[in-house]
Amino acid sequence: MARHWRAGAAGMAVLGLTLTACSGAKVGDSSSGGSKSSGGKCGTFNLAVNPWVGYEADAAVVAYVAQHDLGCTVTKKDLKEEIAWQGFGTGEVDAVLENWGHDDLKKKYITGQKTAVEAGQTGNKGIIGWFVPPWLAKAHPDITDWKNLDKYAANFKTSESGGKGQLLDGDPSYVTNDAALVKNLKLDYKVVYAGSETALIQAFRTAEKNKQWTIGYFYEPQWFLSEVPLVKVNLPAYKTGCDADAAKVACDYPVYNLDKIVSAKFAKSGSPAYDLVKKFNWTNDDQNTVAKYIAQDKMSPDAAARKWVEANRGKVDAWLK
Amino acid sequence: MALAVEKPHKTDKVPRAAVAGRRISRPMVVAAILVVWLVLFAALRGRQTLTLAAADLTGLHRWLNDVNDSVGANRNSNPLFLYFFNEIRLVIDNLVTFVQSLISQPTDGRPLPQIGWLGVVGLTGYVSWAVGNWRVALLAVAGFTFLGLQGLWQESMDTLALTLSAVLVALLIGIPLGVWAGLSDRFNRIMTPFLDFMQTMPTFVYLAPLTLIFLIGGASAVITTVIYAAPPAIRITAHAIRSVPETTVEAADSLGTTRVQQLLKVLLPMSRRTVVMGVNQTIMAALAMVTIAALIDAPGLGKTVVQALQSLDVGTAFNAGLAIVVMAIVLDRVTTAAAGRDEAARRSEDRFLKWRTPLLAAGAAVSAVLVYLSHTYVWAAEFPGQGSTGSHIASAADTATTWMQDHLSGLTNGFRDAITNGLLNPFQTLLTDSPWWLVAAVLVGLGVVLGGWWAGAIATVCVGLLVATGLWSDSMTTLASSVVATVLVMLLGAVFGVWMGRSRLVDRLVRPTLDAAQVMPPFVYLVPFLAMFGPSRFTAIVAAVVYAAPVAIKIIADGVRNVPEATVEAATSAGCNTWQIITKVQLPMARGALTLATNQGLIYVLSMVVVGGLVGAGALGYDVVAGFSQGELYGKGLAAGLAIVLLGVMFDRITQAAARRARA
Repeated sequence: MARHWRAGAAGMAVLGLTLTACSGAKVGDSSSGGSKSSGGKCGTFNLAVNPWVGYEADAAVVAYVAQHDLGCTVTKKDLKEEIAWQGFGTGEVDAVLENWGHDDLKKKYITGQKTAVEAGQTGNKGIIGWFVPPWLAKAHPDITDWKNLDKYAANFKTSESGGKGQLLDGDPSYVTNDAALVKNLKLDYKVVYAGSETALIQAFRTAEKNKQWTIGYFYEPQWFLSEVPLVKVNLPAYKTGCDADAAKVACDYPVYNLDKIVSAKFAKSGSPAYDLVKKFNWTNDDQNTVAKYIAQDKMSPDAAARKWVEANRGKVDAWLK
Repeated sequence: MALAVEKPHKTDKVPRAAVAGRRISRPMVVAAILVVWLVLFAALRGRQTLTLAAADLTGLHRWLNDVNDSVGANRNSNPLFLYFFNEIRLVIDNLVTFVQSLISQPTDGRPLPQIGWLGVVGLTGYVSWAVGNWRVALLAVAGFTFLGLQGLWQESMDTLALTLSAVLVALLIGIPLGVWAGLSDRFNRIMTPFLDFMQTMPTFVYLAPLTLIFLIGGASAVITTVIYAAPPAIRITAHAIRSVPETTVEAADSLGTTRVQQLLKVLLPMSRRTVVMGVNQTIMAALAMVTIAALIDAPGLGKTVVQALQSLDVGTAFNAGLAIVVMAIVLDRVTTAAAGRDEAARRSEDRFLKWRTPLLAAGAAVSAVLVYLSHTYVWAAEFPGQGSTGSHIASAADTATTWMQDHLSGLTNGFRDAITNGLLNPFQTLLTDSPWWLVAAVLVGLGVVLGGWWAGAIATVCVGLLVATGLWSDSMTTLASSVVATVLVMLLGAVFGVWMGRSRLVDRLVRPTLDAAQVMPPFVYLVPFLAMFGPSRFTAIVAAVVYAAPVAIKIIADGVRNVPEATVEAATSAGCNTWQIITKVQLPMARGALTLATNQGLIYVLSMVVVGGLVGAGALGYDVVAGFSQGELYGKGLAAGLAIVLLGVMFDRITQAAARRARA
């Protein structure tokens, strides 16, 4: 037995020496990469990332600027809205960058638990509505008026719509009155819930490609519109207060001024990241550009943000003043 | 549902025709119930259907919302949180952070984890060899290297870290409970419903409450995974303890051993092999949770899958899904080999055993060197190369998907419409448009006829609770889709199961595909299915079939293979052709397997209801997803999760009771 031991140990020693001999750079030698992270008094910045590419674009740019210009350590957390807002109270989320209305959450966390506060608008205009694929709007231009929808209801029938036209809705976290709208506008349609944004986008993509009849809920700003420029259907115009009673809504969606929400603690912390979040403001085109870099050009969020920031230094500097 | 549960009984008649008497009457009673149902449906259609609109809530749902809110508001002052939940969270969080710092995340000012890729690959190979054999060690090394080549090293290690932590916690809890359940019938009876609950309750339902209690991040992800992965360890350990032969235990008794000695010296060593299989099942279940846990910010491969799907990037999602499959196959084969090692070692020659100790020591030394190198040098710590294999895989997957979408969608839409209009819609109408009390009576009646009085009693309780959830109509819609999916699963199961059961070669060729279909995260194939079938109930059915069919196929294949050779030979010599042998001999004799396959098929289909909700199935699946997304619908989502569990329990009990009667 001892013989084997010796042989094994000798073999090991030789192998060990050979491997160490070819060495190379050591971990931690040079890769700490300058003093970026040491200068700022920013500390850790916990940024929620809600699951749609437009939001990812917001988060990418804010994170990039916070990291490179302010020296923050940014921790991105991939979360749905409800869970992200929950994180304000537990100190795990500092900021939500793109809030779509969500009056229920505002009531619960801002006025109720007082764990969150508003931090101003993003500059993005959120438009919600019913959309059709471009081929359809071209072939039947009158379809963009809601009054003509019943005329085409039969064309929108699917295996899911029970003999009526199908109006496709997406992710359950969307802000939607569609079921009430169909009822109150007395349309011969049935709302079918696709259940996810992925399903909704794929349905529109297939519809444009194969010239299928599809009408459904959609919104902008959204990267997919740069691939397939969906056409909005005009519902009865929005007037202030026409959506006051959710059950009786019979008008189009308002234009949402998307806003930012931060945790109450973060707002009082004096962190430069908070000032950045508060001043962060850009247009739908800006967001669509970055979203397109991520979704279609398949750049990493960080690379997409760098490309945009380098091209728009002026805008970024205004946020930092 | 009648279709699915009846199936094994039709086959059941054949070999027992001689002793039929009372037996023949059972299918007739079932037929009578169905006829009465159809007649009453025609007369009472559309009345008392208990429908509830998507945004409407019942008192129960609002009450659940209030509970949720008050937990959220009081979590910083409640002693239960301060001294119990927060402590658990702290311990698990430390465990996860520790494992992550070892293999996946930078720590202590180091830009890289403590052990780099070379060390992990070396250790994996060594451990696989030590607990298994050199063949699985080779597989493990190749598999882990492939993960790096895919360009997913860090993601894979994050997934491995979470899986290992979850499995460790699951076993720490599961094995003692399993031993207890194995020793005590009473405890076993108490545990079983809880285990059923843990396995059938859709994870989406408890994701939000878990983050409320244990906060966002690693700890919550591990706890979610443990809830789902611990039951197999408990069940299989209990089963292992029970299967130790009575005579052995009695022999130990007569030697005057104490209970503790008996447990440590007899029961545990003798059931070790089976317990290791339980570990295997726990690992597989933990890996199945990777993508779901990503929804609450768990790092790793699941996150890559989920993010890729936001921009419908099938290629990238497939690449990450493939990494999960590779990891699952490696861990599965290693643990399986570990379970069989004792036997293999006894068979191998003595000469080899003598060498084992020095070889083990040498291997340990080599891995230590590799770990040291990967700790110290960048080339051994960071996986070299750009991971270009990954981008090739991604673009190949993209091309394949696009081809399928372009060339098959005409065909697939026709197929969808045929199944939907011919089978799904009529059946769903029958279930949702009949008065609720009529459907309830039919379900209870079928439970009694097929499963006996006890099964009938359970069906009554389940139906009552389903009504109480306020989601009766949605439950019936989900039930219709689930039954249609189960019928398709059984058709596939019968065809491929018989084929595999009759031919070893086919079995060897098909089995890896089945393994992959079970482990590949469903999120990956949702986009291609959506492209082919559009958002519809049928898409959900197809996804459920892909997930559930492999189990049914494997069970039926085993059943067919276990039919005694002599019986088949006798039938052949009596002049039966192949078709007759299959339908008159092999399938009837494998009826136990068929019933079990139906049972497992339906349970697996039900576990996909929530995924179905993401692709247009609506009903309970959508309710659950909505509850996870919107605070106001939280209570409704929870109720929908309960409804899924109730459906699962009802069918499990009826089919199991039916199976026992068929065997009796």
